[in-house]
Amino acid sequence: MSKTVAGLLYSESHEWVSVDGNIATVGITDFAQHALGNLSYVDMPETDDEVTKGEEFGAVESVKAASDLYSPVSGKVVETNSELEDAPERLNVDPYANWIIRVEMSDPSELDDLMDEAAYISFCEKE
Amino acid sequence: MEDNLLKTCLYDRHIALGAQMSPFAGYDMPIQYTSIIDEHNAVRNSAGMFDVSHMGEIFVSGRDAERYVNHVFSNDISDMQPGKVLYGMLLNNHGGVVDDLLVYRDSIPDSYLLVVNAANIAKDFSWLEANAEGFDVNVRNESGKWGQIALQGPEAEKVLVDVLHLDAAASLAFYSWCEMQWNGKRLIVSRTGYTGEDGFEFYSSEDEIRDIWDTLAGSGVVPCGLGCRDTLRFEAGLPLYGHELSDDITPLEAGLGMFVKLDKPEFIGKEALVAQKTAGLTRKLVGIELDDKAVARAGYPVEADGTEVGTVTTGYRSITLDRSVCFAMVSKQYADLGTRVGIHIRKKVFPGTVCRKRFYVPHYKK
Repeated sequence: MSKTVAGLLYSESHEWVSVDGNIATVGITDFAQHALGNLSYVDMPETDDEVTKGEEFGAVESVKAASDLYSPVSGKVVETNSELEDAPERLNVDPYANWIIRVEMSDPSELDDLMDEAAYISFCEKE
Repeated sequence: MEDNLLKTCLYDRHIALGAQMSPFAGYDMPIQYTSIIDEHNAVRNSAGMFDVSHMGEIFVSGRDAERYVNHVFSNDISDMQPGKVLYGMLLNNHGGVVDDLLVYRDSIPDSYLLVVNAANIAKDFSWLEANAEGFDVNVRNESGKWGQIALQGPEAEKVLVDVLHLDAAASLAFYSWCEMQWNGKRLIVSRTGYTGEDGFEFYSSEDEIRDIWDTLAGSGVVPCGLGCRDTLRFEAGLPLYGHELSDDITPLEAGLGMFVKLDKPEFIGKEALVAQKTAGLTRKLVGIELDDKAVARAGYPVEADGTEVGTVTTGYRSITLDRSVCFAMVSKQYADLGTRVGIHIRKKVFPGTVCRKRFYVPHYKK
């Protein structure tokens, strides 16, 4: 059973979002890290890169494969989590304590398309 | 899971262990039980066991067996002693690789066992039958009857003696084999493997293979899936058919010339390889170490001087070495050690350096 956190929003591609004003903090869920297995590399965008909702913004590498990361919101990357450069395994240990990017949202109404915790739990049961 | 996938005789064990299963060569096979990294490290540091029952066993016997095997096999079996194992390839007329395989010479005269890749069993068998014309040989595909376990790692010999009590096999040299018994049934034990570590492979019928598996599991030997089988063989510089070898890749291009004996009087593919050697290679399989930690995967383009010069065949962040490395087939002029190249990974080009393919020096018992 995958862990979830109350108060976060979730995408169908298994990213989580935490909102603080106009800033969305994005990571991958426990379901995602479990499905991916041991992570060895996180390919992150640069600060000031534009990201678009539903489009790829980076990738995580497990031993076996690379998996694209999809942005749950549109906007400008204001920060990336540099700790993951040398320690990608943090995403396996605690995916909710280790965010990947922070985005200054251009359209916060896009958050309405994301799931709350209860909706995400039932979504994962069907996966 | 698809219903038409084959199951090995150890399938129930994998399910009971909670393995992550995936289709491979028509079989539903375990990719990992707990984690690829932990299983990989178990083989490098202690001992692990693999279900490799999907591999193919083809027996060749008859008056012309030696001449026939030498006709279809790239390596030379004429000096081979009974109890020895030899690696080599079946080649097509263009010098491409039909399959890479192990040949076991039996103590019974004119009798050989060919151990082939699971994905190629049907292709190999029909190739072998088609090329048996004019030879007094009997070629039998017994793949369905045999189960196989690979016990691999620096502690494999200790496990062989202390757990399986197969003491007589402990004195086997690398790439040799012997006939033994397990519960009164025929058991073949060879000192071979596909991990870059010392180890043994066991071939027997299904009940015996299940019993050997259970005995090993009961003593705490780590079950290992195909995931780490690939990371282990890759680090040791060993090719995988379908990646580093194919019908369109010759052993010379793959850097396996030492397993092709061009001085043999004749064998299928010889003329093409002699011609290729005379003309010079146009491409070559190399190792590449990336500067960064991004991982080069099979199919990614390799570039140099602004043009595409090759393709990645296998790549990982090496678990043992913690470096991002890959095999790639590149144009000959970019194959020299130290050549700087770039690899397209998603939207970026990551620089790297051509290096030796053997990223990890194997620890075989001589």
